[in-house]
Amino acid sequence: MAELRYRDALNAALREELSRDERVFLMGEDIGVFGGAFKVTDGLLEEFGEKRVRDTPISENTIIGIGVGAAMAGLRPVVELMTINFALLAFDQIVNHAAHIHYMFGGQVRVPLVVRMPQGAGHQLGPTHSHCFEALFLHIPGLLVAAPATAADAKGLLKTAIRDENPVIFIEHESLYGVRGEVPDEEETLVEFGRARIAREGSDVTIVAVSRMALTAERAAKTLATSHDVSAEVIDPRTLRPLDLDSILSSVRKTNRCVVVEEGWPHGGVAANIAALISEQAFDDLDAPVRRVSGADVPMPYSKPLEDIAYPHEPQIVSAVLETLGLAAPATATATQTGAR
Amino acid sequence: MASSSETTRDLPEPALAREWLETMTLIRRFEERAGEMYARAKVGGFLHLSIGEEATIVGSARALREHDYLISTYRSHGHALVRGTPPENVMAELFGRADGCSGGRGGSMHMFDAARRFMGGYGIVGGNLPIAAGLALASDYEGTDDVTLCTFGDGASNQGTFGETLNLAALWKLPVVFMVTNNQFGMGTSLSRHSAVTDLQRKGESLGVPGMRCDGMDVLDTYAVLCEAIARVREERSPVLVEAVTYRFRGHSMADPEQYRSKEEVAHWRERDPIPAFGRLLVADGVIDEDQLAQIDARAIERVDAAVEFAEASPFPTPESLYDDVYVLDPSSSGWYSVRTTDPRRDAEESTEPLAFSQARDGDEVQQQITDALAREERA
Repeated sequence: MAELRYRDALNAALREELSRDERVFLMGEDIGVFGGAFKVTDGLLEEFGEKRVRDTPISENTIIGIGVGAAMAGLRPVVELMTINFALLAFDQIVNHAAHIHYMFGGQVRVPLVVRMPQGAGHQLGPTHSHCFEALFLHIPGLLVAAPATAADAKGLLKTAIRDENPVIFIEHESLYGVRGEVPDEEETLVEFGRARIAREGSDVTIVAVSRMALTAERAAKTLATSHDVSAEVIDPRTLRPLDLDSILSSVRKTNRCVVVEEGWPHGGVAANIAALISEQAFDDLDAPVRRVSGADVPMPYSKPLEDIAYPHEPQIVSAVLETLGLAAPATATATQTGAR
Repeated sequence: MASSSETTRDLPEPALAREWLETMTLIRRFEERAGEMYARAKVGGFLHLSIGEEATIVGSARALREHDYLISTYRSHGHALVRGTPPENVMAELFGRADGCSGGRGGSMHMFDAARRFMGGYGIVGGNLPIAAGLALASDYEGTDDVTLCTFGDGASNQGTFGETLNLAALWKLPVVFMVTNNQFGMGTSLSRHSAVTDLQRKGESLGVPGMRCDGMDVLDTYAVLCEAIARVREERSPVLVEAVTYRFRGHSMADPEQYRSKEEVAHWRERDPIPAFGRLLVADGVIDEDQLAQIDARAIERVDAAVEFAEASPFPTPESLYDDVYVLDPSSSGWYSVRTTDPRRDAEESTEPLAFSQARDGDEVQQQITDALAREERA
């Protein structure tokens, strides 16, 4: 095991897949000479050349569409969008084409395209550069959605994404790029899609947490154990499509209580979706309604004190868990708790 | 544009010339019949016909090699036919049947034939341009000399993807012939009311894409100009823009009352109908005689009759196939790819399969329940 930053784990995945398969190539804004806005592709242009690592103009819809066409013709394009917010410019190609071509044309052609991009608040980038859009992509049949929280998953899931035959929306997190984690040394260590990571075992409550929130939830679980004598099981689904609902349901059947945590908006969100699936599949096993902790239902504000309370932190998760267990929540956490209330 | 004097033109080999006329006639008769079938409610959704644009389709596609890519728009029946997709499968697609060339999933706007390198009809105006560039990139990446011909309408030249894709194709030197089929209207808005520059071949100049123009009502001129464009793109591996000037005789779709143009204007263009014009030319040049001309038309009608018969007989896709081809499924994965609210295959009580859960029991029963409910809605 080596300890790598999340960014370097992604870089290793790209390097290994570029080396393994001639059909794999990268496209994106500033990924070559500049090395990537977040330095994920640093050094790859020098190593693999202009044919395999392509700087593009700022034309998001078109570079995704070029990826779709190249994938239809048998290549394995990996397109980087500088942030997930810019994917909105490419929604036509992502939804109408990448997601639907395999179905729309009766299965005659496949679109093995990977679209990588980071999301997330915390850097005072305001309402056009800070959002979390897992739910937008999860909504669309035909797309797979991966959202790794750890360096090991970043590497293992990206390698799987590149080898998958479906279009994959690969959602990274800006705040995780510098976070270190243990990563297996073996090149063939893949992380299977549709298999959740049980980040922490517990018996009193299940916390399902997505992307960066998986790490926040692990911290909350530690606090719950040390300060409140609550044993929380933390599940990071890792991929939202396919979703390892079985692991979530098994956990809920054991704990009978569940809190779902996401950084994105509450209405029509990932947590809403997972809560609905749990209610449909395991209603009789629940001792309390599934509770959600999500980002505030507002565009992300710039001002630091406002931004800080507009996305979930450890206290909101602790508070939600205590409430779902029927224990009093600490007043300070309630004051900043966000979500659908 | 080349001269249109009918007796002094250089014709291709007689067999080729005959095939062009046959294919243009087939497209015409197919489209007419598709319109009839639409009126008889055999075809649903939108139906965009290519009547009037047959020379543009045949003249351009015949300038391609078999291995080159062709990609078009929501007006795509003719492009499938010209590439050799059997009319049976195109008609079956219009009928929403299992034997349709897109398995009944796409309909009129989304024809596809991967084996014949017809890479699709696309419902979003301008949506196919980036895909064309991607196909061309793949050709270069793999070291072939294939070319991609990308057709789109005058309306698409105002989309963001037009500017973005032409810039990128010129920048990366991608072998694409962008062919703007200028049929004078973006739906019901005439060219001069939707484009500041109406000389469409010039619209790529500032993006580094040189322009050419052909008379899209003339199959010989279309073929000649496209041959030149394709040869240049194949050799230089860099895009060109060709404007094919044509006219759609019918409305934008079957739902178009055509209040934006005069009957006189349509009649004027109909005088230049590309099919009779080319037929007369072949007769005048002795390639065919009047009897053979009539036979070509009769054979096209027979072919379309057979296509309708085939489509009628083809089954609808089964309810069980609803979820087919949403994903390329990994059989080893235990995750949920789809939330199936109408999976007819299993009883919910017996659910062990992780991919799905079911509210329905039996495919035919589901279909019947829905049919009954729709009938009740219509009566209400």
